[in-house]
Amino acid sequence: MDIQTLGITVLWTFLYGYLIVASIDFGAGFYAFYSKYTKRDHLTNRLILRYLSPVWEVTNVFFVFFFVGLVGFFPDTAYYYGTALLVPASIVLVLIAIRGSFYAFANYGSNDSMFYTFLYGATGLLIPAAMSTTLTISQGGFIRKTNETVEFLGTKLFSNFYSWTVVALAIVSVLYISAMFLLFYADKARDTAASDLIRKWALFWSIPTIIVCALVFFGLKNQAAWHYENILNGNWWWFAASFVFFCVALTLVYLKKNYGIAFIAVMAQYGVAWFGYGYTHLPYILYPYIDINKSVVNDTMATSLVVVFIFGLLLLIPALYLILRLFLFDNDYVRGKKSK
Amino acid sequence: MFNDPVMLSRLLTGLTLAFHIIFATIGVGVPLMVLAAEYIGIKRKDPDYILLARRWTRGYIVTVAVGVVTGTAIGLQLSLLWPSLMQVAGQTIALPLFMETFAFFFEAIFLGIYLYTWDRFKNPWLHWLIGIPVVIGATASAFFITTVNSFMNSPEGFKIVNGTLTQIEPLKAMFNAATPTKATHVIVSAYLTVAFILAAIAAFHLLRKKTLSAAETAYHKKALRLTVMAGLIFAFSTALVGDFSGKYLAKYQPEKLAAAEWHFETTSEAELIFGGILDEQEDGSYDIKGAVKIPYALSILAGGAPDTEVVGLNEFAKEDQAPLFVHYFFDIMVSIGMYLTVISALFILAFRLKKLNPHNKWILRGIFIGGPLAIVSIEAGWMYAEIGRQPWTLYGIMRTADAATTSTAVGPMLILFSLLYLMLGTICTIVLLRMFKNNPVGKELADDHHTRGEAMFADDQK
Repeated sequence: MDIQTLGITVLWTFLYGYLIVASIDFGAGFYAFYSKYTKRDHLTNRLILRYLSPVWEVTNVFFVFFFVGLVGFFPDTAYYYGTALLVPASIVLVLIAIRGSFYAFANYGSNDSMFYTFLYGATGLLIPAAMSTTLTISQGGFIRKTNETVEFLGTKLFSNFYSWTVVALAIVSVLYISAMFLLFYADKARDTAASDLIRKWALFWSIPTIIVCALVFFGLKNQAAWHYENILNGNWWWFAASFVFFCVALTLVYLKKNYGIAFIAVMAQYGVAWFGYGYTHLPYILYPYIDINKSVVNDTMATSLVVVFIFGLLLLIPALYLILRLFLFDNDYVRGKKSK
Repeated sequence: MFNDPVMLSRLLTGLTLAFHIIFATIGVGVPLMVLAAEYIGIKRKDPDYILLARRWTRGYIVTVAVGVVTGTAIGLQLSLLWPSLMQVAGQTIALPLFMETFAFFFEAIFLGIYLYTWDRFKNPWLHWLIGIPVVIGATASAFFITTVNSFMNSPEGFKIVNGTLTQIEPLKAMFNAATPTKATHVIVSAYLTVAFILAAIAAFHLLRKKTLSAAETAYHKKALRLTVMAGLIFAFSTALVGDFSGKYLAKYQPEKLAAAEWHFETTSEAELIFGGILDEQEDGSYDIKGAVKIPYALSILAGGAPDTEVVGLNEFAKEDQAPLFVHYFFDIMVSIGMYLTVISALFILAFRLKKLNPHNKWILRGIFIGGPLAIVSIEAGWMYAEIGRQPWTLYGIMRTADAATTSTAVGPMLILFSLLYLMLGTICTIVLLRMFKNNPVGKELADDHHTRGEAMFADDQK
């Protein structure tokens, strides 16, 4: 494997990690607000907080890691995306800032207000919606290079139907992934009242998820023909496998069986689709301007980044294992029997 | 000015950094102080110190949240506002940026564990040990990110041949000439600032002595002694490192030092100019009025001996000089640093000699204003570091004007982020004040449950 493929694989894997942990976090924010609004928060919100409190900061790091790594491995991304995406990225930053700080204000600062919870829930849907447009942009047609500068065609993006289907996919996925995880967590906590309610959410969002997936898949044909052709050229099976995992997850939840396996199936469903999408997107990070083979950083830097990455992982994996053991796989903690 | 993307980008970057640096500084320093208090608490079996550690942590977590989100903002803004700089930086200095995210990751994981495991282990030392990676992670983040700033002052570890970057040496870029003094200065001054912020809180409570119970007074006195002692140690270290920083500047960036010192003519036995105003003459030279002039001091700062020759600003072309108002930032930084040394030394001396009451109203007041002053000093120091490097973003390599975005939308973003920081700053302050008001020390001291975890956070009380 050459260094640029290795680099993009590592970054894509981290973005996948972010997709999963951030979806849980974003969706949980929406559900916390929704439960509170419908006065059912006594059923679910303690459970949601028990998971989220120790890990929200870790979630945020996945995102920082991705964009710092991206500029490191492919410095041209800073130039193109940086110039073009000033406004949309700034809006995402403001939303992230509001979300993170109001989470802390509400939970650590004893200011348990409806307004804070609303902000927390609303940003949970707006952030993934805004972030997902980057995927559409990366397929080309919305960034134009002129002699002097790089221009972002914002109105074109706004009036583009395909772009909105991607936004819809991001939102329903967040709600679906989050519900599937919380179902597993509630079940582990042996909290039947919560798990009955969350199971309904999970089932409710499953079908829309797959419908929007299909819309995005076939919309690709008109939006980015080059990408669609790459998929049809022997790479469609990633997406078929994704559908199979979806059916496994849905069946298990429907039969009220083994929610742990069901959540792993959800991760696999998104995992294969994510890597299938990424693999067929190559060699472009931004079509047609950034090609990983031409825009990769110099060899010395790339090698040193990989070395640091390996050492970093050696440090992080035991730490991640520890935090998961203490807060996710410790049944007494999950059930709220241990002091926090 | 408001349709110039370069100026607007500088303003927005400066705004984000000025806001972020307060929380970043707290983020670097508080874990160390918490660990010190928890150590004494476990060692002496003194629940006051444990409570101290817990209350500091509780306030800390709110500031960490703001630090994390503003840190994310500056991380991405570098690419958004300075795309050409980051294109070069990606090739040369990406390594410590990448390392910083790992350090941050490490810190975030262990902070999550530390916060929620106060009473989960039978052996209290286990919980204390979990705090160590938090301190290491926080300090390492500061170190890595400061190496990037050092690189901007002293770009090394690459060559430019026909406009392309070659012979890249990532470690040399990271450990450049500015790194040792700069990184140490940033880390030690963060410890100093946090010690004084925490000391100011204790002094504030002791000044309102009439309303305090004996147990509360004892608690705050312990806090004050611990923090001021730490403050004294870090004030001396900061002064020492500051002296080395002066020597670094004299050798590698003489015009930056000269701008700060209003040193125009190259001379030996140079005097240090403190304060004053500049009066521009007809021929373009300057007269310095009303300044305090300390003989030989600049030569000693620059080279350790009174006869050291110090390069003056006149050796440099006008377009390569930093604005002369950075002089005031330098003076503010240094005088506050000296003030913090004196006031903490006074307190400790009074404590040791027992002739003067260390909890004298005036000493307490002096310590109290030391907290906000320390933050002012950090801000002034960064203003000097960044504006003093102008017109360069990468010293000698890339001018700030060539690095900025060409986007025309920076103005509205500046307004957007100003409103965001205004809101975050206000609400963060209100939340912190309310948090400690609703849960006063007296109540927690009386309630022996405070060493247990139940009452840690609001959501647990429901």
